[in-house]
Amino acid sequence: MSAEPVVSFEALQAQANALTKLFQGRGYELVAPAFLQPADLFLDRMGESIRGRTYVFTDLDGEELCLRPDVTLPACRVYLARNPLGDKEARLCYNGPVFRYQPGGGDAARPREFRQAGIEYIGGADRERSEAEVTGLAVEAVRSAGLRDFKLRIGDLGLFKAFIGALDIPGRWRLRLHNVFWRPSVFRDLLRKLAASPADPAGPAGAILLAGLDLEDTGSAEAQVCAHLEREGIPPDGVRTLREITARLLDLAADARQPPLPRGTVNLIESYLSISGPPLESLARIADLTGAAGLDLGTPLGIAHTRLDRLGEFEVDMANVTFSAEFGRDLEYYTGHVFQIEIPGPGRAGQIAGGGRYDDLLKSLGAPKEIPAVGSAIHTERLLSAVQGGAS
Amino acid sequence: MNDNLLRLALPSKGRLMERAGELFANAGMPIRKIGHERGYRGEITGRPGVEIAFLSAAEIARQLNLGRVHAGITGEDLIAESGRDGATRIELVRPLGFGRADVVVAVPECWLDVSKMGDLEEVAAVFFREHGRRLRVATKYLNLTRRFFSQKGVTGYRIVESLGATEGTVAAGTAEIIVDITSTGTTLKANHLRVLDDGLILKSQAMLARSKTAPWSKGNQAEMDEIVSRLETAGR
Repeated sequence: MSAEPVVSFEALQAQANALTKLFQGRGYELVAPAFLQPADLFLDRMGESIRGRTYVFTDLDGEELCLRPDVTLPACRVYLARNPLGDKEARLCYNGPVFRYQPGGGDAARPREFRQAGIEYIGGADRERSEAEVTGLAVEAVRSAGLRDFKLRIGDLGLFKAFIGALDIPGRWRLRLHNVFWRPSVFRDLLRKLAASPADPAGPAGAILLAGLDLEDTGSAEAQVCAHLEREGIPPDGVRTLREITARLLDLAADARQPPLPRGTVNLIESYLSISGPPLESLARIADLTGAAGLDLGTPLGIAHTRLDRLGEFEVDMANVTFSAEFGRDLEYYTGHVFQIEIPGPGRAGQIAGGGRYDDLLKSLGAPKEIPAVGSAIHTERLLSAVQGGAS
Repeated sequence: MNDNLLRLALPSKGRLMERAGELFANAGMPIRKIGHERGYRGEITGRPGVEIAFLSAAEIARQLNLGRVHAGITGEDLIAESGRDGATRIELVRPLGFGRADVVVAVPECWLDVSKMGDLEEVAAVFFREHGRRLRVATKYLNLTRRFFSQKGVTGYRIVESLGATEGTVAAGTAEIIVDITSTGTTLKANHLRVLDDGLILKSQAMLARSKTAPWSKGNQAEMDEIVSRLETAGR
């Protein structure tokens, strides 16, 4: 086992204190969420890239716990413990360690244990203003720590969702494309498959469909599936219901009769995802592209413009901002505006800070309704090393 | 323990132990336990440069990985599972033709809409929306499962570690999917589970394997070469 990399403790501590002071000065209350968290919450909620790297263990009572791999979720739990109804606005900040498994034990560039400084703005009613405030404060924070020559990349998952929603394709395909947005390679494979031949001659599914499933009547379809299972002596095992199984069989059957996704639609989606550049220019290109295709994205594009206006009101130099239509594709819990502060560097080493809107996280943690929330986390060791590297 | 000896780990019980014993005996290298009948150390008659450690098959893979034994006989599945990035610390020397079993992904037979790994990802997304949690995969093969699922682009699942009777977890309602070994498929069938069309993770069999992390002296290497050569001759 390799030793933990030696970090410059004093410099890191000074940086942490300065960041916390900045956040507190802007009305963010310092909280200290627990390091130990229930494993279930993280394992069920986080994207696979973090899930596979979470330290999970069982304590002497048999309770499954994990060392927090991220602070957003623990901070949300602090909020909910104080406001179970989720009806209050809150600005929280934190600075503390997170833990992520690294193959080979980790090293300075990929530590197993590192400190995150972050802010979470929960319940903000003015959506674009909240997003601009959090993004602007993250930018101000890294700049106050001494970072120069960084870029701000922004993306908009809400706009993408609206775009897919406006396409003239079957609803189930919309859902499928949306579900795999997180993984570009899988997304491309799905596009290609829908464009080539959507029919999926599945084994058992094919058999039962050939056996004459009535596609027009979902109620009877479920009864038919049930009868088929009984005839074959197959018990309806498990948590997944007969209704869910039938629904997907009906989707497969509908796919078998569906003409392929037109080439023009595939090109449209690919063109959309390839748009990247200065924000205003990118939004104009999206408006042109979708307008020419007869799609109405007026409302979400209006929201994106409002956000840019608000960003300009904070300490964001718009000349350093890039809008990227496909950005945000590996951050599973974000739902709208996403951003990242980056410097040149290999892999993730150049990703100094990131954040975005995550409107459905609090509800999945037990809030009675969806609560708007925006947050950002700074990788403080990377920030420090970038600042020190820049100074030397 | 003598530092100069080649440490060879052999299975301590069951069919694997019997077949490994036969293999060495047929190659003119009969194995004898040292001391107590139920002891865990042994030697090869006429080869004083070798020390045998009888260990469980899973422990052999672990010890090979850590370099605490030079070589050993164990299941390929356990070797693949023991290393974090495949079998990079262990070299497979020779497949032995016994202990055959497949590591497979199996789903409930009643999932008529699922026949391929690709289906799982779509089912997972809907399942998460309907039930508020991930599909659970019961297995003892945590690493093999993670690697295989990721290679197939399936991410919407979580692993529930299962150290025995994995086939029963689906009917018991503690998992939706299993990853387990099967030789004839009878147990899977009896538990109303079906292997996915592209759900074969590994065709496993017993392997003679060599640790790349163990300290190899010239003497150890010569012993190993001799053992391998005798096994090869006998195997022809």
